[in-house]
Amino acid sequence: MSETINPRDWSGEPSYIAPDYKSTPLRGPTKKLIPLPKTLSEITGPVYGHDSVSGHDADLTVNGRRNGEPLGERIIVAGRVLEEDGRPLPNTLLEIWQANAAGRYIHQTDQHDAPVDPNFFGGGRCVTDANGHYRFMSVKPGAYPWPNHHNAWRPNHIHFSLFGPSFVTRLVTQMYFPGDPLLALDPIFLATPAETRNLLVAQFSLDVTEPNYALGYVFDIVLRGRSATPMES
Amino acid sequence: MTKLRQTPSQTVGPYFAYGLSPEQYGYQQQLTSIAGSQMAEGDTEGQRIRVEGRVFDGAGNPISDALIEVWQADSLGRYAHPSDPRGSNSTFKGFGRCGTGTDPQNRFWFDTIKPGKVDADQAPHLNVIVSMRGMLLHAFTRIYFSDEPANAADKVLRLVPVERRDTLIAAHQGGNVYRFDIHMQGDNETVFFDA
Repeated sequence: MSETINPRDWSGEPSYIAPDYKSTPLRGPTKKLIPLPKTLSEITGPVYGHDSVSGHDADLTVNGRRNGEPLGERIIVAGRVLEEDGRPLPNTLLEIWQANAAGRYIHQTDQHDAPVDPNFFGGGRCVTDANGHYRFMSVKPGAYPWPNHHNAWRPNHIHFSLFGPSFVTRLVTQMYFPGDPLLALDPIFLATPAETRNLLVAQFSLDVTEPNYALGYVFDIVLRGRSATPMES
Repeated sequence: MTKLRQTPSQTVGPYFAYGLSPEQYGYQQQLTSIAGSQMAEGDTEGQRIRVEGRVFDGAGNPISDALIEVWQADSLGRYAHPSDPRGSNSTFKGFGRCGTGTDPQNRFWFDTIKPGKVDADQAPHLNVIVSMRGMLLHAFTRIYFSDEPANAADKVLRLVPVERRDTLIAAHQGGNVYRFDIHMQGDNETVFFDA
């Protein structure tokens, strides 16, 4: 007996082609995916732990500073990375990137006419502790327009990237903020089935909030779990 | 028993580069990269190869904001991961990452080593994840090598209809270079897997 990876829950995932998100029709695969047996190639994956993180990588209010603090509303984003059975995933790398408080990315291809903040970079990473906990400091990202349709605006969001225990547990997703009126209008958020959409929305938490310093949000992430079944040989 | 739902995927978007591949895109002063195109180090054992290619959309245009990630075994077919029972005494990490936005022709490239066979039923291959703006969920594929006789007996290739197998095989270009283009759609749509 060996551990294998649970299947992807396709019922909870967005489709490759989501016509309201207008760059999907020419980019998403159209042919049926071919089921892949779980060989050693699938149950292994890149290992990145504590040695991948240094200094202020997890504090986005510090890691882009030049001559002062970044502008915007300071936030703490914390949570746990779990498997489907609730087991925490320790020592797992999270990578994040986001716009600044004005809704502008540092990326050179972002042409949105909003100010770049000389003291904010917007990228960071951290590793979960023994109980699967992670914690980032940042500023709340601003909303920004995008060319999908007339007057289209992306809701406030932070991009998350995780590996988990194997190559096939990889997850790239976005975390949204509670109460954002743009969520109901966003084709990317709405491409996710109604029953799993809310898993992408963080919860405000007074427990995570630090008095006189920063608002706290909790965003737990669930990756495909492992089961004890015979490995295919 | 608790059964939590898997967190759904969302697109990597157009601006992943400074978060996921900062050194390639010139942001190395703010953040180092955990991985890049240079996978083989000076002391890595094995045959040095370069794998390169482009990613094309359904209109046949090269995509300038895709992210390609590869995961591979060392030259003896061992993965640097605790689930590989053979263990690996190699320093080779096996993971590479390259965006298509810095090359003038929108190529991705990996300078790596040819992997060994991971088991008796599989030919040497790279495991690939394709992400981009306009994909709400990344896609899995594999890169095999055109000069490997073991391809004929590979158990994954045999799951693929004969007429589509070529989409998974990198063409040897001479020297150490293999070419692997990814077609998201069309007659030559690359085979993607439910991994």
